[in-house]
Amino acid sequence: MSFLQPSDMQAIILSFKVACTATILSTPLGIGVAYVLVHTRIPGKAFWEGIINLPLVLPPVVIGYLLLVLFGRHGWIGSFLVRFDIQIIFTLTGAIIASSVVGFPLLVRSIRLGMESVDASYRKAARTLGAGPWDAFFTITLPLSGRAVFTGMTLMFARSLGEFGATIILAGNIPGVTQTIPLAIYEYTSSPRGDKMALSLCMVSILLSFIVLLVSGAATKTLNKG
Amino acid sequence: MELEVAIQKKLGAFQCNAKFTLNGDRVGIFGVSGSGKSTIMHMLAGLLKPDSGRIQLGEATLFDSMAGINVPPEKRRVGVVFQHAHLFPHMSVHRNLLYGWRRTPVPDRHIQPEAIIEVLQLGHLLDRGVNLLSGGERQRIALARTVLTCPRLILMDEPLAGLDEELKSQIMPYLNKVFYNFEIPLLFISHSLLEMRLMTEQVLVIENGQIARQVAIEELAQSTWATPRQGYVNLLRLGQPHPHGDLWAYQWGDTRLILTDYGENEENIFELDSREVLLFKRHPEATSARNLLPCVVRKIFTVGNRVRVELQCGSQPLIVQIVPESMRELELAEGKEVVAVIKASAFRRLM
Repeated sequence: MSFLQPSDMQAIILSFKVACTATILSTPLGIGVAYVLVHTRIPGKAFWEGIINLPLVLPPVVIGYLLLVLFGRHGWIGSFLVRFDIQIIFTLTGAIIASSVVGFPLLVRSIRLGMESVDASYRKAARTLGAGPWDAFFTITLPLSGRAVFTGMTLMFARSLGEFGATIILAGNIPGVTQTIPLAIYEYTSSPRGDKMALSLCMVSILLSFIVLLVSGAATKTLNKG
Repeated sequence: MELEVAIQKKLGAFQCNAKFTLNGDRVGIFGVSGSGKSTIMHMLAGLLKPDSGRIQLGEATLFDSMAGINVPPEKRRVGVVFQHAHLFPHMSVHRNLLYGWRRTPVPDRHIQPEAIIEVLQLGHLLDRGVNLLSGGERQRIALARTVLTCPRLILMDEPLAGLDEELKSQIMPYLNKVFYNFEIPLLFISHSLLEMRLMTEQVLVIENGQIARQVAIEELAQSTWATPRQGYVNLLRLGQPHPHGDLWAYQWGDTRLILTDYGENEENIFELDSREVLLFKRHPEATSARNLLPCVVRKIFTVGNRVRVELQCGSQPLIVQIVPESMRELELAEGKEVVAVIKASAFRRLM
């Protein structure tokens, strides 16, 4: 791939790192949150749902700024983490957190829809066959909503690959550290003679997104058959 | 099985108030749709929590609102076969079968998978996915899956409701065989009187969430006769057939019956509509019907333009429906001898 700069390769690898880590770390939490929303009666469910879905409608820049306030040296969480010498802003961790927050509602929505569509009778049948509530969840509800979990993961992965607004505010645009594909494109477009390089990264982006779609489609088909 | 139940549950405007004691291994819960049968079943299985009351199964207390006991469904050892088999769609037949068995403590596993697979003839289905099964096969697998948890009691919630008549008669012998072979007490829930008569000995009749009465199944079958357009059907349990020319002879108590249908089981159950039997004052010398049974009239009961005559044919009872005019012409009275005439083709094989 001679048309790509070495820094472009770094951006691609970083994008993958961020998207994979954000998706993998968020999935168990997403499953947990979806379960709570579907199967339990917590007070103020609508409120919690709103909070979880908020990143879906808020401008990513706003989310990035709120995260910056939260994780900054004087923020609630940031001031606490400073004691352990942990820094979030302008690091890869920051980019992962930004992607996770922005993609999380997509993940939860999809898993939730999947869990709601699993016939409660299967769970009841499992219980009468000797499975405890957790056993029934892991052997019946979760596998039966597996397709939805996977769809949610793909959506979140794709969203993370494209994350820009929140990332640039929380993690900055540091080549080799936090500069993912969209941030690199942004940098190319704002520099003279960068058009060509921006375009080649755009091509990479299109290719990656298309691969995600294909993989997701193929996996859904296999899961359907199973 | 000894089951003692006194539970209350309010679901919206519907009030379920069930109080009964059962002693017997084949009991039915009978009632029209919406009468509360399923509610009671769910409460027995632990899938629905009663508002108050007590459920005692043998030595074990399954629910007691006063003592704060509510054993979860997985610990009750009460098996349920649902109306729609609810086989797990992401598992093969084999994994479905073993789902409960693997979760049954080893000391309790007194039924082996091989045994039930043999009885219900599931061997050829084991590797299939559950989406490629017929309704009857699904129900057989659901039953086997439940039996393999070696439960103290099996609840069957309208297990035959979704099947057509032919499938029903195919699956009934399997059901009987399972409960006979493995000696598991059964609580059979249905709105079909015929299914009840084939599967149970006594029934709880439920009306509007209350137990209306607890009767022997035969008594219930005869009591429905008084409702208009509900004829009575005699159920005849006949032995193995012997060839009789091109027909088949069956032993029925101390009487011999000639039928057109062949039954391959050791015990074959046939139904005979009470309107299909003709009564004669004296033995007709020749008739096209193959069965001429000398009987004694035990009881006569008239409702509207229908007369129900209870006959004694040797050791067996037989119920016949005629019209009042025939009764007068035959001069029927209790203790009088008549000849019941039945065509060989009037019997319909159930199982």
